[in-house]
Amino acid sequence: MNIAWFLIVSALMFCLGAVGVLVRRNPLVILLCLELMLNAGNLALLGFSRMWGDGDGQIFALIVMVVAACEVAIGLGIIVALYRRRLPVDVDELRELHG
Amino acid sequence: MWFFFFLFSIVALAGAVGVVALRNPFYSVLALVTHLIALALLFLLLEAQFVAVAQIVVYAGAVMVLYVFVVAYVGGGDQPELLSRVSAKQRTLAVVFGLAIFVELAIALLGTALKAVDTHGAKLATDYGSPAQIGDLLLTRFLLPFELASFLLLVAAVGAVGLAGRRGGVGPDHEVFTDTVRPQGTGTMAEGVGRRRDGHP
Repeated sequence: MNIAWFLIVSALMFCLGAVGVLVRRNPLVILLCLELMLNAGNLALLGFSRMWGDGDGQIFALIVMVVAACEVAIGLGIIVALYRRRLPVDVDELRELHG
Repeated sequence: MWFFFFLFSIVALAGAVGVVALRNPFYSVLALVTHLIALALLFLLLEAQFVAVAQIVVYAGAVMVLYVFVVAYVGGGDQPELLSRVSAKQRTLAVVFGLAIFVELAIALLGTALKAVDTHGAKLATDYGSPAQIGDLLLTRFLLPFELASFLLLVAAVGAVGLAGRRGGVGPDHEVFTDTVRPQGTGTMAEGVGRRRDGHP
C-alpha cells in the first residue's frame, strides 16, 4: 500500500472539512468540520511518519490531538455561554465585532 | 490490505460527507464518530497502534461525549430558514474553493520530490508505533512539547470552566448571597406554632 494513497485520502478529507466550515452556519457543526480538517492533517502526519520509519510524526499527531481537545473545550464553552445569554447560536447573527 | 484500505477510506469519507451535509447537528456528531473510528483503523494500517488507540479513546470516547452533551443542551438544530439563508451562490463558491484546494494538494502530492511517497515506506523497527517507543520519545526528545501540551490542557480546562460556569461573567442571572437569606424568625418551629421568635404572638 503506497503512502500516496493515504495522502490523497487525507487531502480529500481536508477539503470536505474546509467546504463544511464555509457552508454551515451552526458553530457546533463548524467545530466538527474543524475536527475533520485536523484529523486529515493527522492522517498525513502518520503517513509521513510511516514513510520515514521513525516515530516523530506520531508524536506530532498526538500533540495535534491535544490541541484539538483544547480547542473543543474552549469552543463548546463559548457555545454554552452564548446559549445562556439567549444569543442566537448562528455565526451570521453574531456580528458585533464586524465593525 | 487493499481491500481494507478502500473499505476504511470509503467509510471515513462517507462520515466526513455526513458531517457536512446532515441537517441535524446530532446526526453530524454521530457521522463524525463513524468517521473517527474508520480513521483509527486507517492509522492501524499505517502501523501506528498507539495513536490509533488514543484516537478511539480520546476522540471517539471523550471529545464526542462532550459534543453529544452540548448538542443535547443547546438542542434545536439548524432551522430550515437558517440553512436557506446560505445562498446557492455561496454554496457553489464554497464547493469551487474546496475543489481548488484539492487540485492544489493533488498537484503538490503528484509533483513531490519525495520519491519515497510512492513506496510502502521505510523498513520498520519492531517497536514502531508501540507505547514503549512513543513514551520513550515523549520523555526524551520531545520533553518540552510534552510539558507544554500538558500546560495547554490545564489552561484550556480552567478557561472552559470559566466560560461555561454558572456565574460565567456578569449577567442577569448573577446571584447574590444576601438574596437567599430569610427574614429573621421565618422558617422556624416557633413560627410553625404561631409564635414569632421575638416573643410576639
